[in-house]
This record gives sequence, structure tokens and C-alpha cells, in this order.
Amino acid sequence: MKGRRWRKLRETAIESLIRVCGISATIFVVGIFLFVCREALPLWNNDGFHITEFLFSEQWYPTSDITKRYGVLAMIAGTFGVTLLAMVMAVPLGMGAAIYISEFCAPRPREILKVLVELLAAIPSVVWGFAGLTIISRLIVRFTNADVGVNLLNGAVLLALMSVPIIVSLAEDAFKAVPDSYREAALALGATRWQVTWRVLLPAARNGLIAAVLLGFGRAIGETMAVLMATGHAINIPGSVLDPVRTLTANIAAELGEAPERSTHYQVLFLTGVLLFLITFLVNLSAGLMIRRERRQ
Amino acid sequence: MTSFRRRDAVWYLVVLSSLAAGCSASRGRRAETLRIRGSDTMLMLAQAWAESYAKVDLNVAVEVSGGGSGQGIAALVKGTIDIANCSRNLKPEEGAQARANTGKDPKEFVVGYDALAVFVHRDNPLEEITINELAQIYQVGGNLSRWSQLGVRIPAGRDRIVRVNRQSSSGTYEFFRDHVLSKRDFQLGSLDMNGSKEVVELIASTPGAIGYSGMAFATPAVKVLRVSAAKGKPSFAPTIANVHSNDYPVSRSLLIYTLGEPRGKVQKYIAWLRSTEGQKIVTDIGYVPLSAGGKALAN
Repeated sequence: MKGRRWRKLRETAIESLIRVCGISATIFVVGIFLFVCREALPLWNNDGFHITEFLFSEQWYPTSDITKRYGVLAMIAGTFGVTLLAMVMAVPLGMGAAIYISEFCAPRPREILKVLVELLAAIPSVVWGFAGLTIISRLIVRFTNADVGVNLLNGAVLLALMSVPIIVSLAEDAFKAVPDSYREAALALGATRWQVTWRVLLPAARNGLIAAVLLGFGRAIGETMAVLMATGHAINIPGSVLDPVRTLTANIAAELGEAPERSTHYQVLFLTGVLLFLITFLVNLSAGLMIRRERRQ
Repeated sequence: MTSFRRRDAVWYLVVLSSLAAGCSASRGRRAETLRIRGSDTMLMLAQAWAESYAKVDLNVAVEVSGGGSGQGIAALVKGTIDIANCSRNLKPEEGAQARANTGKDPKEFVVGYDALAVFVHRDNPLEEITINELAQIYQVGGNLSRWSQLGVRIPAGRDRIVRVNRQSSSGTYEFFRDHVLSKRDFQLGSLDMNGSKEVVELIASTPGAIGYSGMAFATPAVKVLRVSAAKGKPSFAPTIANVHSNDYPVSRSLLIYTLGEPRGKVQKYIAWLRSTEGQKIVTDIGYVPLSAGGKALAN
């Protein structure tokens, strides 16, 4: 009698502990978002700051001696420029790798390849940044007519390499989720392996693949250290892929440490954080919806 | 070239932890700690001082970190450090803040001089530059954007001037803005590096680049330009003699600040920095020592 009551108590305790763990993730995300918003909030009553200037001006002079200006348009352009170019490189590469690993590869090399791809994801971003700084920048100066080797292209190559592992493993999962009966039916109708992949698997795994791309995009847009080191950190709306740029993340990392607390500069950097949060939230949300739709099918 | 804060932080950690490991045996004996923070320009110098001072006073451990002149002053105002390194003069509002926070006035000491050196790539044929030309390259609305306008051809056919700059918390950045650009704004689009070392590294690998930093950061991989005050006036290299004679147009004092009149260990440390022994280290690191007798130069 006593033993059963004790066991029940233990069950309840463990259950509530696990519940707390589950809820805590949500609490942290909401908490961080509220904190970042709170730091940026005083800007609404600040006469030296206008939200239209923030979003649509490229004039970023947070420490000017004449007039301080806080426009992040050039950094928004830099962020999307680097990320989109990275996706142009990473999506075909990642999809190709995923198709090969899940459909064409023999079982043993498949396991080795998967481990290697995951290893790629384990490289710290500062190491990527260092590679961009020393290797890729020299290659760019040697083989193009770029004025400087740290630029949009350099950052995009790094981000592409960093988001490929995410795209590969998620896309591979999506292909694996397609029932074998689809493949068997197509092969039985006389389709080649390529036709099976192109006509059957790609449409069947579509939502999962879109989710893979979106999460890769989210990974790339939030990356800080590598782009800080490799893009040149110049406030500049890029006119070509060889122009140096600055991203929103890199700007926060470089300037938050020295902005005096509670100053307008400090608050604007937090507002930049809110902007980034909203962008990644939208991207991840749409990826999540895609995955759910796929599961339901 | 662009290491940046986190890489720097890692590097400082490595240096500090190796120092800590080295001193851990003697650490127990040292009764007092001196905490110093600030200028990136002066970091190497401050570390060399701290290391030598360990042999001078066995009772005091000196802890040094960087972060930029602005951060050093901010930490001093908060009262978390004993001495702030600063490569620019204190701003009036910083002084007022210190008074409001702590009731004490920051006290300034000159501990050496620096000539702000201007660098280009080693293959750049340019030898000298005027203050006005520098301003026209860097400021908003400046009219120099190509090397051919200065009458030089860059090998490899790259004509555009790549402006290498510092991030806005840097004392060197503010000194350059105040004294070369006459307080006007920098033109956007420059490559803003987090440290002087990164400036020099980027210029070394970029044929069309120009940049500036403290003179101690010069390496054989870049060319140091002679600077003249105006067109037609003689130009001078950033050397100890040209700073002492006040000929070099953009020289500055390396400063340290304390809260109120220093006493005890702090006073003793500052006196040692300004002594012959302390000033020899200034020369070794590559900056300009106080002239004989420790007199301040007119500047």
C-alpha cells in the first residue's frame, strides 16, 4: 500500500519535472524576446530616432560629432545579399548531396558520408571565418578583379558551406520519409532511377525540402562570427558580389560592447536584434508549417 | 584582417591564462592587484609594462585588458579598474560622468607619445601624403577615390582606393576624425576593423588599400608613408626624433587616467611608468618615450 503511494508520488514528480523542461524552452525564447524589446523600447519617445530613418536610410553614424544617424538599410541589404547568394550556392549543392546519399549511394559509403557531412556542421564558425580571411580572400584577390578579398562573395561562400550540412541532413530525412512503395511502383513502370528521383521523389518530398532550405536560410542569416571576419565590415549597399558589406549580426557583435548602456546607440542595436529576431522567426515558422503539412499528408 | 572582438577576446584569454599559469606559483604571495583597461593601441605596451613590473614590486600583480579607449574610461567611471589606458583625450561629458558617479575628477598622466602612422600596400609607389589628401580620401564628400588622382599606378591594375578604418569605439578612430577630418564625418563604405593589427594585416593583403594606426603596429609587410602638414611643406616619417621635434603632423599623447589623485600602489606604478626604466619599454615596443626628464611635449 505504502509502496504504491510512493511510486505514484515519484511518477508525478518526474512528470512535472519533464513538463518544466518542456515549457522552459518556450519561457526562454519569450523571455529573451521581451528583454530585447524592453531594451529597445525607450526609442519610441526619443526625438533623435525615427523608425523610417532606421529602416530606409543607409546613414549609420552612431558616434558622429555633428549629427548622429541610425539607418540600417545598408546592413539589411548586406544581410540579404550575403544570405541569398549563399543559398544560390548551398541549395543545389545540398540537394545534390542529399539525393546522392539517400538514393544512389551504397549503404556503407552512405554512413561514412553522413558522418562527414555532420562533421562539417561541427566546425566552429570562427574557424570558418579564419578560413575566409586567409584562404578565400587570397583566392578572390588572385582570380577576380576585386579590390579587396573580404567581401560579399567571401561571406556567401562561407555561409553556403555552413548551411550545406543542415540542408543535406533535413533533405535526406525528407527523401527517406517518402514510402518505398512509391519507388517500387515507379521502377515497376519502367522508370530509370533518375526519373524516379526527378518525377516521383522530388514532388513527394517537396514540403520537407522547402523546410530544409528555409532552415538552412535561417542558419545563414543568423550567423555572426564568420561574416564579421569575412565580409569586410563596410557600410555599403552592394552593387556587385565583389563589394564589401556589413551584416546586421556583425554590426551588433562589433558595436554592442562599446555602446554606452541606455544610450540611443545601445537601444538601436537592440532594435536591430528585434528586427533579426522577427526575420528568423518568420523563416523558422514557415519551415515548421511546411514540415507539419508534409507529416499530415 | 578582420579578427574582431571575439577573436581578440580569445587571444587575450590565451595570453592572460598563460600569464596566469606562469604566475600562479608566485600569485599567492602578491598581496595587491592593479587593474588596468582600455586602449587597443596601448595594449601591447601595457602588457610589457605589467610583465616587467612584476620583477620591480613583488607585492603587486598588474592585470591588463584591452577593449578600446572608450571602454577603459567607462570602466574607470564605474570604478571597476584602477587605471584606464586612453589614446585620445578625455571628453568633457566623460569627466562629468565620473564626477557624478564617484565624486572624483579623472586625473590625466602622459606616459608616452605616438605618431599616427599611415600605411599603404608595400607595392604602392606612393611615398608621402598630405593631411588634406588624407581628409579628401576619408571624409564625407571627399574628392579622392582613385590612386591615379594622387599620380600613382597600383600594380595589378586596381585603381580604387580601399579605405581601411577602425570601428567607432576606437580612440585612434576619434583622434583621426578630430585631427585629420577636423571633426567631420567619415565617408561610409570604409572597411572598419576591430583592432590596429587587423588594419595592418588587411593592408598587407590588399594592393589598393590605405589605413592608419599607432606607429608600433608597422610591419615590413606594409609601407609607412611620410606625412606633411600641407602641399609644398616638407613631409616627415613617424619616428621618435620627428615626434620629439614636433615635426610629424599627427602625433598624440598616450594617456592614462586615474580617479582622483593616485595614492599608494597606483602612484608608485605611475611613477615607475614615467621613469627611465618604464620609458625604455615604450621605445622597445615601438612608441615615442617622454623626452629626457619626463617633460611633456607641446601638443
